[in-house]
Amino acid sequence: MEAVLLIDFGSTYTKVTAVDQSSSQLLGTAAAYTTVETDVGDGLSTALAELKRQTGKIEYQKRLACSSAAGGLRMVAIGLVPELTAKAAKLASLGAGAKVIGNYSYQLNEDDVEEIDALKPDIVLLTGGIDGGNSESILHNAKMLSGCSADFPVVVAGNRSCARQAAKLLGNKTSYLVENVMPELNRLNVLPAQQKIRELFLERIVRAKGLSREAELVDGILMPTPAAVMAAMELLAGGCPGHSGIGELIAADLGGATTDIYSIASGDPRKDTTVYKGLPEPYAKRTVEGDIGMRYSVLGIPEAAGGYRRVAELAEMPEEKARELTAYLAAHTDALPTTGELERIDFALAALAVETAVARHCGTMEQVFTLTGTALAQTGKDLTEVERLVMTGGAVIHAKRVADIAAHALYSTKQPESLRPLKAEILVDKEYILAAMGLLAGHHPASALNVMKKELVSHGFAQQKN
Amino acid sequence: MDQKKIVIGVIGADVHAVGNKILYHAFTQAGFHVINLGVMVSQEEYISAAIEADADAIVVSSLYGHGELDCRGMREKCDESGLKGILLYVGGNIVVGKQPFEDVEKRFKAMGFDRVFGPGTPPETTIDALKEDLGVAE
Repeated sequence: MEAVLLIDFGSTYTKVTAVDQSSSQLLGTAAAYTTVETDVGDGLSTALAELKRQTGKIEYQKRLACSSAAGGLRMVAIGLVPELTAKAAKLASLGAGAKVIGNYSYQLNEDDVEEIDALKPDIVLLTGGIDGGNSESILHNAKMLSGCSADFPVVVAGNRSCARQAAKLLGNKTSYLVENVMPELNRLNVLPAQQKIRELFLERIVRAKGLSREAELVDGILMPTPAAVMAAMELLAGGCPGHSGIGELIAADLGGATTDIYSIASGDPRKDTTVYKGLPEPYAKRTVEGDIGMRYSVLGIPEAAGGYRRVAELAEMPEEKARELTAYLAAHTDALPTTGELERIDFALAALAVETAVARHCGTMEQVFTLTGTALAQTGKDLTEVERLVMTGGAVIHAKRVADIAAHALYSTKQPESLRPLKAEILVDKEYILAAMGLLAGHHPASALNVMKKELVSHGFAQQKN
Repeated sequence: MDQKKIVIGVIGADVHAVGNKILYHAFTQAGFHVINLGVMVSQEEYISAAIEADADAIVVSSLYGHGELDCRGMREKCDESGLKGILLYVGGNIVVGKQPFEDVEKRFKAMGFDRVFGPGTPPETTIDALKEDLGVAE
């Protein structure tokens, strides 16, 4: 046996997972509640004690960890044009597992600087201009950032013609130069920036978040939790040498405060005649919906999904009742669906959260009438032919009708322009192991892949009913 | 010499892709750094691209007769977006029917286009104009 311990320091739970990598066997999982007040280390010891009860005493050969504790990796992303470099900077940060707490475009002003100071980001990603293009904006913004009193490193990933000059203007801010996130118009190049963000997370952020003591207990806090989930999904989709993956997929992580969607798929137009508009999106794309979550942001769900009428309809209860129960969940963030009523409202909210978040993640198709007939214009990713949907997150693991919830992520004739999957096999992360498998993927990809193939439970094929 | 940067594309709901490809190759070969937005380009897309690229000129193509509607207000939007004074060209079958080119040219110039090219203009004509206006030595 070659046991590996995988730890996820979360903001509310510390989760531990034990795997025997030689036989690709999941040995056990446990979780312990942690709060801001209690020490993260306490949560870890409680979780480990619980794990030991399940597995008996194990000698671990490796201990790997990821963390979203202390607010996760909080980043500010700055670009020039909102739909071009500012969007590229945001996509790069999200893909690196960060929480984007500010996204700025054009020239920063004094108010923006004050705001960034108040936000106290862990890292700032500064971009702007394609290579050889606009340099005025990134130089201005570097100068403005140098006036921030908050201490943060700046990753400069803009126009290469003036990158060094920008670094100089940043003054006493530590800066790192990497390749442009958009070297040519409408071409994304997010990996170099993401690599640097991950390095900074390892070197600086873990220490800054007071996790140093925890880091000593393990062989390293390797990445932010969302980056681990992303790594797991890339492995599951693409496989590793000698082992094939399951192909293009979408994953939905339904959390208490946010709903995260991952897609590992090209999403290119399916027909030659379709015209692609705007910035092409990354193969591995992550979006975070901060206004949609099952508890802390539960009030955002009806607001985003078209009002309480839809919640009531799905929950099979009067609108007034739906409103009352949703408010109850917002006030009781630790509430579990213990009654039939709460189960039904949780179902309705989860279905609408997934529907809204996946719709925002996927691209859209617009029919344009031209003199030579109709033409199709696509923006964002076309995921209609993706056939696997991985569901994770507390709300999903406890829910009974996961396949019905997941069906809402799929294509609907009510929103024909939204390029969501037409039908998909629903895979449920019932043991909550995705982040752990992403960590394991870095050292033992074959084992991580096999554990996921075994532990993700298929709930059959789903299709939106209308 | 710094390579001059030009943004090109076919405006509006126009899907004529062939001429656009020809222009891209011709302009590139003539030594320009060409940012090609392809077909069905909106005014905003030209402008956003020109900002990120710090472009020296925008060359708008229109082949389906609706150029006049599609191009209206573009100069004002450029001014508003910080691209004051950027070189703006338009060319192709830019109006409906057979109209005297002088009238058409006058109308587009009034809209703020620096140069207007009629149907059948060879790429060389536009290249010469670009070189002249941007001060590129032969």
